[in-house]
Amino acid sequence: MGYTVALTGNPNTGKTSLFNALTGSNQHVGNWPGVTVERKEGRFRTGDGEVKVVDLPGIYSLGAASLDEEIAADFLLRSRPDLAIVVADGSNLERSLYLAVQMLEMGTPLVLALNMMDTAAEKGITIDVEKLSSLLGIPVVPTVARRKEGIEDLKKRVFEELKNRTAPPNSFSLPYGERLAPLFDRMEAFLSSKPDLIPGLPARTAAVKFTEGDPAVLAAAETAGIRRELEAILSREGASVEASLGYDLQTAVIERRWGFVSGVTAEAVTRDLSLKTRLSLSDRIDRVVTSRTLGLPLFFLVTWAVFRLTYALGDPLVEIFEGLFESLGERSAAFLATAGLSDILVSFIQDGLIGGVGSVVVFFPHIFILFAFIAVLEDSGYMARGAFVMDRIMHLMGLHGKSFIPMLMGFGCNVPSMMATRILERPRDRMITLLILPFMSCSARLPVFVLFSGAFFGAHAGTAVFSLYILGIVVAIGAAKILGSTLFKGESSQLVMELPPYHIPSAGMVLRHAWERGFLFLQKAGTFILLSVVAVWVLASLPRGVEYGSEDSLVGSIGKALAPLFGPAGFGFWQAAVALFFGFLAKEVVVGTFGALLGAGEAGLTAALPSLFTPLSAYAFLVMTLLYVPCVAAVAAFKRETGSWKWTFFMIAYTTLVGYGGAVLVYQGGRLLGLG
Amino acid sequence: MGAFGGCCGTVTEKSLSSLAVGEGGVVSKIGGDGGLKRRILEMGLVPGTEIRVERKAPLNDPVSVWFRGYELSLRVDEADAVFIRPKGCAGCGGGCR
Repeated sequence: MGYTVALTGNPNTGKTSLFNALTGSNQHVGNWPGVTVERKEGRFRTGDGEVKVVDLPGIYSLGAASLDEEIAADFLLRSRPDLAIVVADGSNLERSLYLAVQMLEMGTPLVLALNMMDTAAEKGITIDVEKLSSLLGIPVVPTVARRKEGIEDLKKRVFEELKNRTAPPNSFSLPYGERLAPLFDRMEAFLSSKPDLIPGLPARTAAVKFTEGDPAVLAAAETAGIRRELEAILSREGASVEASLGYDLQTAVIERRWGFVSGVTAEAVTRDLSLKTRLSLSDRIDRVVTSRTLGLPLFFLVTWAVFRLTYALGDPLVEIFEGLFESLGERSAAFLATAGLSDILVSFIQDGLIGGVGSVVVFFPHIFILFAFIAVLEDSGYMARGAFVMDRIMHLMGLHGKSFIPMLMGFGCNVPSMMATRILERPRDRMITLLILPFMSCSARLPVFVLFSGAFFGAHAGTAVFSLYILGIVVAIGAAKILGSTLFKGESSQLVMELPPYHIPSAGMVLRHAWERGFLFLQKAGTFILLSVVAVWVLASLPRGVEYGSEDSLVGSIGKALAPLFGPAGFGFWQAAVALFFGFLAKEVVVGTFGALLGAGEAGLTAALPSLFTPLSAYAFLVMTLLYVPCVAAVAAFKRETGSWKWTFFMIAYTTLVGYGGAVLVYQGGRLLGLG
Repeated sequence: MGAFGGCCGTVTEKSLSSLAVGEGGVVSKIGGDGGLKRRILEMGLVPGTEIRVERKAPLNDPVSVWFRGYELSLRVDEADAVFIRPKGCAGCGGGCR
């Protein structure tokens, strides 16, 4: 007999450690249907049964104020797991209990895992487990997930509860006090005469949730056609309650729930007041890390170090991978040629397939290393401090403090930077950041800038390159402002973020996280990248017999057809169009393409380019290269992170339009100023 | 900012955002709109909660508040929605208004 158990709890309670301790390597990562929030599942065996554990997003409450909360509430309400494990932070029981109480109200059978009991002990906190268990009416198991303590006991208790399920679930009713109770009685009586608003949800809880304005319950009442009647009861009986309490009903319900939580905490927890807990190490670190003078410089230093180290450690590995795939391609080409395969098939296997797989795998080192760093930053608690000190600046652009990290990473490579937007919890912040990331000039664009600047701007080459980086940032900021006040106008950005105590991240967790991210990229984005590389190969190699990517190939014909379009931008010749087309594979390919098309090789390009470009049109071309659609891997990463083709096509179209518009503006503006 | 005035009878509510680091009080009500108000309430900033401003970010925004044994940061415009009365003012039914 298989059971389904939901694992839930606040962020920073060691929920992930507990999930890993429970399920070991028996895990599966996917997405929640329709959204790009990660869904993890695992299994464990106990006694004679197998239990499936679904890891819900880390949340503070079920109020559906964020996407994560919506997913968790929806799963508990609609999928009705057989039981839920709530992970509570033993060193901060009060805050953890709010979610547990909300789940009790929903009638979900619960087991409370009282985690981080070691930290609690260090802080001089003692919890009377028996008392807590009897106050809440559910089993409570103390654990230290990081040291795998209490895990077997937890499994045993979970299994016992599952087997005893024949007994009616404990009906838990929170004492909302004499002022609210009559109101809930009236609504409960009304609701009891109707079919369940949401199957399995007790009528009393439905009444409470309707009163506090829970979106899921409001929607269900709407569907059932009883929203007006419920609202009538509220406005008839609620007004006097509001008047006597001094605040609105929503505030009243949530205040009473917290009141109950505080009461339970006060009874179950004893603090050793002789331990001076407040001026803890965390606090002393924070005095430096968030200080007026050092806060921002330290943050820039940390993110810069992450940026430098990711690429400094990753680049050599990328080179090794590139070398491996190149030699693999050459060897198989040589082998296949001797085996009598036609040239075009050999080229397909060497440049299309092996080259395609290679261009996916080379991203692995950077993604792995970056996510190892991100896991360290998140797990240690520093990420929240970074967001805290940066939020004012980023909020000016309509972004969240944490958006700074993906934006900085974008200067290295847009692919891992797009994946790094996962640190943003709100879909709005994530979408806007994803949409402006392509404008951050990645390192693959630099060779193009350097080549053209060297050929056309002589002593000012450095300034020209620098100006392009600045232009990218300016366009990104402008785009963020515009997107925030147009397409995402309705959704407000929010901070309201916990600053958790610092703690030392575990190496196992960090490596696991990094590996998962890298592997998922290969799995999910790989196919798209590979198919695109193959498609470009086909266009460049057909019709049969043409030289790869030459004037007579399909790509050449497309280039010729498109060339007049680029006239207003100053580069209306087919070679530029073809180079831009190949730049979609990887931006640095623009250089090699010109080398091949001009028959100059990469070395002779500086001399050959002035036959096509003037300094003004060269700069316009660089603006185009900077801003137009990012490479195929970045597009694949974007698709993977948004989960939406609609947004992916929007991104492709709008970046290309911005790039084209920018190039035309530069060229025409320059001509007006007499620079042409 | 001057000290809190008298208690009930005179208007003594202040918004959380107007408190200096180290200052504290008791939450009297949460204003603002749906999503934000709900989130603030559910994080435990409900009427009657004792709070203290723990620190401010280098550019004075966001602010970080200590209550219920943990630390929460809010933007200044979010903290505007949280109203605070002085600690000694607990006995007035219906809050201080």
